[in-house]
Amino acid sequence: MVSVSVLFPKPGLDVQLEEEAGAFLKDLNLDQVIDAITAGKQAYHLKPFFYTPLHDLEAIRYRQEVMQDIDEDTALASRLKSFADEMVIVRRYLSLVENLEFNYHKKGWFLEAALVYSAAVRRLMQDLEQSALRSRGLRAFRDFLRAYGYSEAFQSFAEEAQEVKRRLSELKYCIIIQPGRFKVKMYEGEPDYSVEVEKTFEKFKQHAPKEYRFDPDRTSGMNHIEAQILEFVSRLYPGPFAALDRFCERHAGFVDETIRAFDREIQFYIAYLDFIADIRHRGLPFCYPEVTAGRDVYVREGFDLALAHALHHTSNPVICNDFFLQGPERIIVVTGPNQGGKTTFARMFGQLHYLADLGCPVPAREARLALFDHIFTHFEQEEDIRNLRGKLEDDLIRIHDILQHATPNSIVVLNEVFASTTVKDAVLLSKAIMERLVELDLLCVWVTFLDELSSLNEKTVSMVSTVLEEDPSQRTFKIIRKPADGLAYAISLVRKHGLTYEQIKERISA
Amino acid sequence: MRAIYQIPIRAREMRQRQWLGIFGTSPSSVLVGARNMLRLHVSLLKELKQIADQYAPAFTSRGFQRFFRMIQEELDDAYFAVVEEHLKALEFRDGVLLRAELGRGNEGTNYILCKPYSNGPNWLQRVLGKGSPVYSFTIHPRDDHGARALGELRNKGIKGVAGALAQSADHIESFLQVLRQELGFYIAGLNLYERLTALGEPVVFPEPAPREERRLSFAGLYDVCLALTMGQRVVGNTVQADGKELVFITGANKGGKSTFLRSIGQAQLMMQCGMFVPAEFFAANICTGIFTHFKREEDASMQSGKFDEELRRMSAIVETIRPNALLLCNESFASTNEREGSEIARQIINALLEHRVKIFYVTHMYELARGFFEAGLANTLFLRADRRPDGSRTFQLLEGEPLSTSFGIDIYRRIFQTGSLARLPAEQGVGLSAKEARPAA
Repeated sequence: MVSVSVLFPKPGLDVQLEEEAGAFLKDLNLDQVIDAITAGKQAYHLKPFFYTPLHDLEAIRYRQEVMQDIDEDTALASRLKSFADEMVIVRRYLSLVENLEFNYHKKGWFLEAALVYSAAVRRLMQDLEQSALRSRGLRAFRDFLRAYGYSEAFQSFAEEAQEVKRRLSELKYCIIIQPGRFKVKMYEGEPDYSVEVEKTFEKFKQHAPKEYRFDPDRTSGMNHIEAQILEFVSRLYPGPFAALDRFCERHAGFVDETIRAFDREIQFYIAYLDFIADIRHRGLPFCYPEVTAGRDVYVREGFDLALAHALHHTSNPVICNDFFLQGPERIIVVTGPNQGGKTTFARMFGQLHYLADLGCPVPAREARLALFDHIFTHFEQEEDIRNLRGKLEDDLIRIHDILQHATPNSIVVLNEVFASTTVKDAVLLSKAIMERLVELDLLCVWVTFLDELSSLNEKTVSMVSTVLEEDPSQRTFKIIRKPADGLAYAISLVRKHGLTYEQIKERISA
Repeated sequence: MRAIYQIPIRAREMRQRQWLGIFGTSPSSVLVGARNMLRLHVSLLKELKQIADQYAPAFTSRGFQRFFRMIQEELDDAYFAVVEEHLKALEFRDGVLLRAELGRGNEGTNYILCKPYSNGPNWLQRVLGKGSPVYSFTIHPRDDHGARALGELRNKGIKGVAGALAQSADHIESFLQVLRQELGFYIAGLNLYERLTALGEPVVFPEPAPREERRLSFAGLYDVCLALTMGQRVVGNTVQADGKELVFITGANKGGKSTFLRSIGQAQLMMQCGMFVPAEFFAANICTGIFTHFKREEDASMQSGKFDEELRRMSAIVETIRPNALLLCNESFASTNEREGSEIARQIINALLEHRVKIFYVTHMYELARGFFEAGLANTLFLRADRRPDGSRTFQLLEGEPLSTSFGIDIYRRIFQTGSLARLPAEQGVGLSAKEARPAA
């Protein structure tokens, strides 16, 4: 029975974890981010935690506190990591026990697991005592651990493990190897022979000697010869082996449930912080957002986390963008030249909200973000000429579906819908959908080439991807709040090629 | 000495002939290889010991006396007896005795080869006869896996001693090789001595002076390589340069300037190696290093690259040179024009002199040499490659102020077999070297 959880304020209440990534995560490229965060941590099975956003301000706050504790105290973070490393070893040894063949070999590894576990628990106790914890989650766990670690049961378990280990490791025995047979007996003080050989030949030493490297010994494992030797040793020294038998019998299943759960849950924080550490290192900001039940949201210097991760090993800069919605504003309509960062902006909007509701720090300098119940996305699929009619139909079915399920608390991200139909139709359809969205009063980002959508009513805000004034072929990847002006860009490009009206006239008359 | 020298030579020969060596990566194969090597070594060391016993009194030098004393003290009969006993014990006729402990997971660890209490013929019986329990196990003849496992265990146990024995074999091998190298140095010296005296060339033990002093005086100093290549006596030089820190060598092309520079470097090096030097007399202060900056022959079309390369080499020298070093410059910075080259060289020379570097500078750059000549400093000496009035070379250097021509014309004349100057390229007088004059051919 798990008594304390660092992920959920009330561990008793069953939280339904999502095992599969929602479709919108793929559109937002968050599936890549989550894959990267959990890479190398498959054993913890962390993905469900990242697939399940919280919908409760209190629960979000609970996680933010734990995350901040670890984020702000690097010593604590590294202590938690070494605890995790030790628990990995405990699990490895225990699974070894499952797979081994020989009695005292199995029991030997069981004992090792117990030793590593008890040392890890004791160290974690000390480490947490030394940390100035502010989060409710870690404080509750510390209280639990204190009670567990000082309990009579744990203390005697740890001491017994050490005592049995001590008795076994003190044993010394001799093996006499002859062709085809061997003998085992007690060690009776026979002197080390290699030391003597080395001493005899020492006088010829001229410089640093060549080290002879032999094929490495197997690091662990036991063949039947070694098992036979161990069997003989246990007969030579029955006492320590009897103690080992008793220990194994008494302490089967020694790993505490709450500690096992903590070991997994804390990885949610460690994995996320490790993942963003590299990106922070590039000078990109992260912040703990204010999560609000209202609709007044803003972000300063937000960026696309998936893009930042993908660009990590390149010198390409990651461009940050701002946005805000105030008063009646609900829908951001993004227009402007292609390849100008519009889709990235839309993803960023969705990502930030999603990450905020996981209780994670978000990729931005500063942010206030809305609590949501669902994120719905509709991104244009790969164009397929054979399926033109089907595609429009499919678009409409999907959008209909979204509008059916969306509530005023939902977030909708639309990216170039109706791109494959005529402009006239697209405007018509889009306006109809816009009406429904406005009616629902939900938060939306809509990337489109239809300037008309950007100024439909007081709920829409127009944002535009921009180019360098002096060279319109250069994108800035900055998305700024201003009226849509699709033509301005085209004209500047034309000017660049000397093809404006005046230019052509001049060039021809010249 | 030549008899001792034969020992390491024979060690190498016998090793090759008998395919001896330390092969493989398994401790047992290494052990066998090392054991055989050591048997060979022991027999050679015994010979060395015999030579030492026989001839030691004939050597008077401190070095040889110490060497023989070391051999006699370290390699006495008792020592050989111990070594031979080890080599026998390491055959493990009665089996390998290992001590072990239980490591993690009760797996055996810390395998250590132990020496039975008695190394007598029946140690096994004695060990086992003490009354403590002994369990034994015989592997089924068809249990290959078991036999291999037992072999692995044996290897774990003898790993340490195999490594130690192999290192010991390496040690003796390297002792013999060092012996070969060191004796080789003296034998090479003897060989050189015999060759030079056969040519009638003089050799002499030099007189080294402390490094802070500025001493250099010699008589009949010659270039060893030149003598050996020509197979005859060559012209030697006699110079008195005590107290000098900067020596300019100017004068005739093909007048022996480079040869002279080389002979100075050779003598300094040989002196500091403890050898004789190629001269009738030679005295010099010890230097902390010999550095050379010789003009390199290169494609003339790469003028700028060449200058760059010269500067890079000089920069490398400046990087490592220390006070009281010796720098030999041979036409340094001739790859740029004379004014630039002179200025660069002047600055480098002055800087190095301030750091107590002794410099010999062969140059055609009149402006450079003249500048120092006019400064008239007591620490500077000017030597000139001389020529007779008929233009032929004496290959001797004499003290003399720098002249504004390097006699390239003479060489031009000889090569073109002409007495007239009419067909010469524009005569500039300065810096015209044989190589530059030749292309008209």
